[in-house]
Amino acid sequence: MPSITFRRPPQVTLATLGPFIALILACAFFASQSERFLSAQNFSLILQQVMVVAVIAIGQTLVILTAGIDLSCGMVMALGSIVMTKMAASHDLSAPLAIACGIAVTVLFGLVNGLLVTKIALPPFIVTLGTMNIAFAITQLYSDAQTITDIPEGMTLLGGTFVLGQTAIVWGAVLMLALYLIVWFALRETAPGRHVYAVGNNPEATRLTGIATDRVLLGVYMLAGLFYGIAALLSVARTGAGDPNAGQTENLDAISAVVLGGTSLFGGRGMILGTLVGALIVGVFRNGLTLMGVSSVYQILVTGILVILAVATDQLSRQGVR
Amino acid sequence: MLQRRPAVVLSALALSGAMVCALARAADAPVIGLITKTETNPFFVTMKEGAVAEAKKLGAKLVATAGKADGDNAGQVTALENLVAAGAKTILIAPNNAQAIVPAIKKARASGVMVIALDSPTDPVDVVDALFATDNYKAGELIGQYAKAAMAGKKPVIAMLDLLPGHPVGAQRHNGFLKGFGLPTLEAHSNELARPPEVVCMADSFGDRTKGQTAMENCLQKNPDINLLYSINEPAAAGAHKALKAAGKEKNILIVAVDGGCAGIADVDRGVIAATSQQYPLRMAAMGVAAGVEYAKTGKKASGYTDTGVTLIAAKPQAGVDSQDVKTGASLCWGKK
Repeated sequence: MPSITFRRPPQVTLATLGPFIALILACAFFASQSERFLSAQNFSLILQQVMVVAVIAIGQTLVILTAGIDLSCGMVMALGSIVMTKMAASHDLSAPLAIACGIAVTVLFGLVNGLLVTKIALPPFIVTLGTMNIAFAITQLYSDAQTITDIPEGMTLLGGTFVLGQTAIVWGAVLMLALYLIVWFALRETAPGRHVYAVGNNPEATRLTGIATDRVLLGVYMLAGLFYGIAALLSVARTGAGDPNAGQTENLDAISAVVLGGTSLFGGRGMILGTLVGALIVGVFRNGLTLMGVSSVYQILVTGILVILAVATDQLSRQGVR
Repeated sequence: MLQRRPAVVLSALALSGAMVCALARAADAPVIGLITKTETNPFFVTMKEGAVAEAKKLGAKLVATAGKADGDNAGQVTALENLVAAGAKTILIAPNNAQAIVPAIKKARASGVMVIALDSPTDPVDVVDALFATDNYKAGELIGQYAKAAMAGKKPVIAMLDLLPGHPVGAQRHNGFLKGFGLPTLEAHSNELARPPEVVCMADSFGDRTKGQTAMENCLQKNPDINLLYSINEPAAAGAHKALKAAGKEKNILIVAVDGGCAGIADVDRGVIAATSQQYPLRMAAMGVAAGVEYAKTGKKASGYTDTGVTLIAAKPQAGVDSQDVKTGASLCWGKK
């Protein structure tokens, strides 16, 4: 393994605790407002509601850590869900095979994004803006703009539940948590994980140390595609349908989750677990405000304020470091 | 500097918390949930206002929420789950996606909640306990009949500004219009759009003024002789009128639409739109809330389809076509007067 040691991802400081504190405060507030909020069942519900965005946000976090951005995430997810459901419904593929087809398509989009970013050195923003539209158009054309509901049972297994104590927990939420732990470990403890941070911090210096930065970037975009594919499966499992209009709000929700979780849009700094917290903050507000009977427009308002605060603190702390 | 973040986040939360606290909570009244398509479309804003007013009158607590954008199914699934968690015994929903919402509705009903679809049907229709909605096929038929009479035998060259691909309401109005005009068409349950040769241009307007304008500009490029315009709603018709005016063609064309919003009725009065089929979101909302209160009190569920009514509003009546005048339309219209 490489002899060069890289700076470890930031240790837990008061700053990295910010998102966790925000989440706990939000929970405390809603618990004081609605007696229905503070129950295991309700937390299980929130986990299940955020799982699709949270898994998309894993891919988005990896991309943003390399100082990139992926605007295509939601649309690629929607395309994956349409491909897997249609493969099963119209072409009678078995559920595992159909799922594999859907995920293959999302990884392919990741590959295309990655190649355009590395080989032709196009800005990620532009590349993914283009692939976002391409993915959307293919989704509409391939599905004839029709929702696909005739899907095999095997495809919705992750939407099923098991009972822990008295709480029903969705399998998909467990998978989502497992993915976060795996990526958390990989980013912290493995060389490729550290390379992701290095590329985001200073690509030129990283290249000079002998790391194939292009290969790291390509890997990151393809991995992101893989996570969008898994998110597509979770989306199908959750709603029981392939929806050609999915993914439109997930796009920006995933970026919000990453930013709320304290990952720097300038690359090189951030924590994958923060992203999970970021997604949960959005989910907690939507759930809590509904339980209180407050219009969900307030959720959008609060999310907007928090996103700006999160980016502002990142910017200010950067100036402080300088 | 690194120490700053928690403090900032803390104050943000305190701020948002205080804001939310300011909104009062009611207790012990039956909870009725309302899920509209979006929070911003005036039709659904009106529906929500109607539901809130009726709930207040009947002593129920209304919790309103919505999808984030037109077509956002995942957001409505989340809203359904949260309303069940919030203890709603009745949920009224205007589905963004007639099919994809079905599993979530089944789950809610299995936990004892009465679910009523407002404005748009689910597919299949009987997944919900009841449907309170406009008969959109009939709404289309009425303006088709009016257009046929108003054209007085002139050879029609038709442009159709539709909603968005795969939407049942759009298909029903479209096909109903052709039926009313006496052209070959599809049945009410069809989700496809019929296209007889008289229709020279079809475009999706998403029910939006700006997109309606663009669509009409393109249609005029395709065929400058268009003399009859069907529009999915009045905002799209207003946009199309702007395009026609820019091309100096607004005089030679008959425009018909569906909705009956107050701005639309004003456009009928101004002669921009010849006729529109008016629907009644306030009635849908009030009937839904009343059914919810009834269920909370007596345990009796609503069932079947209730037509919430549609009325043809036209400034110039045509012989053989029943219509109401602009004054009647304005007194029953929704949105900002």
